[in-house]
Amino acid sequence: MLLNKKLVAAGAVAAASALILSGVSVSTANAAGTVTLNLATVNNGQMKDMETLKGVFEKENPGIKVNFQVMEEGDLRSAVTADVANAAGQYDIVTIGAYEVPQWGANGWLTNLSPSLNADKKYDVKDILPPIRTALSVKGKQYAVPFYGESSILMYNKQIMDKAGIKIPNHPTWQQIYDIAKKVNTADHSGICMRGKPGWGDLFAPLTTVVQTFGGNWYDMKWNAGVNSPAFTKAVTFYKDLLDTAGEKDPVSYSFNECLTALKNAKTAMWVDASVAASMLEANDSPVKGKMGYAHAPVVKTKESGWLWSWNLAVPANTQHKDAAIKFIKWATSKDYHKLVGTKLGWTLVPPGARTSTYSIPQYKKAAAAFAPITLEVMSAVNPAHPGVAPQPWVGIQYVAIPEFQDVGNQVAQLVADALAGRKSIKDALDAGQKIAQAAGDAHK
Amino acid sequence: MTSITPVELKARHSKIAKKNVWLSRSLILPALVFGIVLTQIPFLVTIYFSMLRWNLLMPGQIGFAWFKNYETVFTSGDLIPSLAATVGITTAAVLLSLACGLIFALLLDRKFRGQALARTLVITPFLIMPAAASLIWKYSMFDTGIGVINWAVTSLGFQPIAWSTDYPMATVIIVLTWQFTPFMMLILLAGLQSQSKEVLEAASVDGAGPIRTFQWMTLPHLRQYIEISVLLGTIMLLQVFDPVAIMTKGTGGTKTLAYLLYERAFIGLDVGQAAAYGVVTVVLTLIVATIALKTLFKVFMAGGNR
Repeated sequence: MLLNKKLVAAGAVAAASALILSGVSVSTANAAGTVTLNLATVNNGQMKDMETLKGVFEKENPGIKVNFQVMEEGDLRSAVTADVANAAGQYDIVTIGAYEVPQWGANGWLTNLSPSLNADKKYDVKDILPPIRTALSVKGKQYAVPFYGESSILMYNKQIMDKAGIKIPNHPTWQQIYDIAKKVNTADHSGICMRGKPGWGDLFAPLTTVVQTFGGNWYDMKWNAGVNSPAFTKAVTFYKDLLDTAGEKDPVSYSFNECLTALKNAKTAMWVDASVAASMLEANDSPVKGKMGYAHAPVVKTKESGWLWSWNLAVPANTQHKDAAIKFIKWATSKDYHKLVGTKLGWTLVPPGARTSTYSIPQYKKAAAAFAPITLEVMSAVNPAHPGVAPQPWVGIQYVAIPEFQDVGNQVAQLVADALAGRKSIKDALDAGQKIAQAAGDAHK
Repeated sequence: MTSITPVELKARHSKIAKKNVWLSRSLILPALVFGIVLTQIPFLVTIYFSMLRWNLLMPGQIGFAWFKNYETVFTSGDLIPSLAATVGITTAAVLLSLACGLIFALLLDRKFRGQALARTLVITPFLIMPAAASLIWKYSMFDTGIGVINWAVTSLGFQPIAWSTDYPMATVIIVLTWQFTPFMMLILLAGLQSQSKEVLEAASVDGAGPIRTFQWMTLPHLRQYIEISVLLGTIMLLQVFDPVAIMTKGTGGTKTLAYLLYERAFIGLDVGQAAAYGVVTVVLTLIVATIALKTLFKVFMAGGNR
């Protein structure tokens, strides 16, 4: 019995680690010659729309089936990274962020798409927004195509603001937003909703932009960490103060989707987050359609404080169905796909921030009049090479483009979440965070 | 015709016995080999991995690191809080679900109409996938906007409770208790139903009230059932992961060993470090299991007079 228990315990852990470490490879081609593409993606609205429309692609391309595996952002990131880094080959198409593309491309994990994209006149690769195309390329080789791109903007419920007699400027400051949030905060709805769920892509996406506009940053030009610097501390203190005074009640549970639901149901008055949310707020089934206002992300010391992000489709280097996979990602990011979404699902749902031509489709211009101009305006105004007050040694706004960052960001986010809940002082949390960040920074000196 | 002497007979018997032993051993052998291959080889590989400097994100820097990863495990300061979280969550959830399980078992042990239906309903939480259970609790119960609990709290005129933010430990323990109460209940119910009715009748004839009967007759009878349900529940709850990953993300002292391992492997993407954590976890589990089982056996032995 005792021996048995030992065997079982050791076996379970060992087997689990072996599974983790070797990855599970899944064969996807079946006997009939049909190719099934496994696509890993994030559970955002636009991706789910793609899943709804995949039948059109499958009809046009008999012999190719696309199998969607939809996951939460954090889960997607870890599953895909482990799979691609191990060359396990579970996925033929992966959805990855702007953070991963250049790093993975340089590691040789992704298929170079440039030859195929440049050869295809109809695809018109130059139509993709230039800043995004730059972010997805390494030394002239493009490793992914943007499914949609986004910045961050302020979204607010106009009815609540009108009732309170408040007019929000197009370029607000954080102090103004703090005062407004405090004023419109009631028992029924919070004044503002901001991400609090620990994770570098959750809490730290908006928080890093706040830190940067307060004049702080993760690292200076010599890779010295600045997590417990006065500016970083001031920004985190402001964030906590804002949430405590007028934020949602349970920040650790809240990220993009939770805040979106809250704003849709008038459970919050304002929200600073991904601009792509605007298209969901203006969708036909949204209860707040036409009742929303949009403005630039609030600032303190910088001119702009929006982030730059794109969710992209890429083909891992070791997939067995490279041609079919490239065919699908070109279809899903083509001009025709944008028109297909417009006619089938509604023009507000067209993936934004990816193609310049999208912004000149008359139906889209009309349907997305509330948020299309500001999206394009902010996306062309932000500077990913120098988003903060001081210069930084990497390109990227709400993240640090080094492999260690997801680990560092995640650990510091947990510390900050403890501070948000009041279990730790902000100073203690950031002092501990500084050590973690410096260890990673030392590797890049 | 020669008669067989008893000595010869014994020898012949032992020969047959030996043959039988080898036959039964050879029948088990494939399973044994399979078991060893399946459990021990991956474990050895894990030990080997734990000595590598291998981060998936830095493919150019793979190399042998000897005990560097173990040094990190013991000096990073993550291990002890994580052990505390695991022990705390497991103990609280086991005790609470045991208490609730006992109450439900006692209620279900009575005869009433719709008993079978009630039993099925009470068992349901145990049949739900842990991840689904956590999601149900996150949105339908704990949410500050649409959750049932906070609806009740605010209806009574109180401020809504920020479960995951302010009470992460309680959040995890409540979900686990909800899930494991049926498990405890099933074992205890089996115990109750195996209790001899005559003993209870005799007690009532002797004038013992329900409380005294429970305390002096039922509880001693249930003792070994309680012990086994605590043991099994502890083994299952030690691996708790889902509510932590879905609701608290390891904040507020809820970073259990399983979640810490996941973080090192899937967020840190550090294969060497994750393997080292895995090895340390196995060693710790073996120590704890050995001590726990030994104490438990002692309890079983000493419980002869019940």
